[in-house]
Amino acid sequence: MSTIKQFLYVNRKAPYGTVYALESLEVVLIGAAFEQDVRLLFMDDGVFQLVKGQDSSDSEIKNFSPTYNALGDYDINKIYVDKQSLEERGLSLDDLLHLTWEDEDEDWAEKDSIVLVDRSEIVALMDDAEVVLSF
Amino acid sequence: MKFTIQVNEGPYTHQSSDSAYHFTKAALEKGHEIFRVFFYHDGVNNATRLTTPPQDDRNVITPWSELAEKHNLDMVVCVAAAQRRGIADADESKRNGKDADNLAPGFRISGLGQLIEGGIQSDRLVVFGD
Repeated sequence: MSTIKQFLYVNRKAPYGTVYALESLEVVLIGAAFEQDVRLLFMDDGVFQLVKGQDSSDSEIKNFSPTYNALGDYDINKIYVDKQSLEERGLSLDDLLHLTWEDEDEDWAEKDSIVLVDRSEIVALMDDAEVVLSF
Repeated sequence: MKFTIQVNEGPYTHQSSDSAYHFTKAALEKGHEIFRVFFYHDGVNNATRLTTPPQDDRNVITPWSELAEKHNLDMVVCVAAAQRRGIADADESKRNGKDADNLAPGFRISGLGQLIEGGIQSDRLVVFGD
């Protein structure tokens, strides 16, 4: 299977309360084995998925947020976060997990995976994508 | 055109399975190809043959089975999502030490790779759900 398509995963829901965020991450990780051109977009309450320092222990629901740190190892390093959704929720880039990847073309230099985007850039992301999965 | 259909919500609670069914049926009638229908999240609950709706309500499950038989549809239920929600065929049930199975005719249980493959192989991946 040599076809490479541009996949965009749109994550719009909070990490807890519903299972969508967790099961979306499962698709992303399985999908990584197919070596496609993968982008992740977090918007609306989906931005809460990336907030650092999550503690879900009182709810007995697993805190799966550490898994996002592994995305770079899966070559998933194009992670877009809607700036407006962050601002509406009183959040900034500093509140999010520091997600990084190592660029093998630059002697494994560590680079940031998260890029803040505005709504017009989101339109372009969706326009470019060949496969859009929304969760 | 070649489609893969993703159904993310359960029957009756949500209309997405009804909408996905009508879309799939209409696409087939128009001569399009359905590469695969993939059931994920609570969408896996569309694959139980034990559903018993009231007599004055529609049956959401059986039409999928009938459509699959008529058009040789490939209807795949995500194994991880199905295990969480108690949807199992005879093999899965036995493997997990359960005393019953409930997968409706025309559905098969497989992995998430089938969804990704659907995205790669199809002209359009259409997602039904919120």
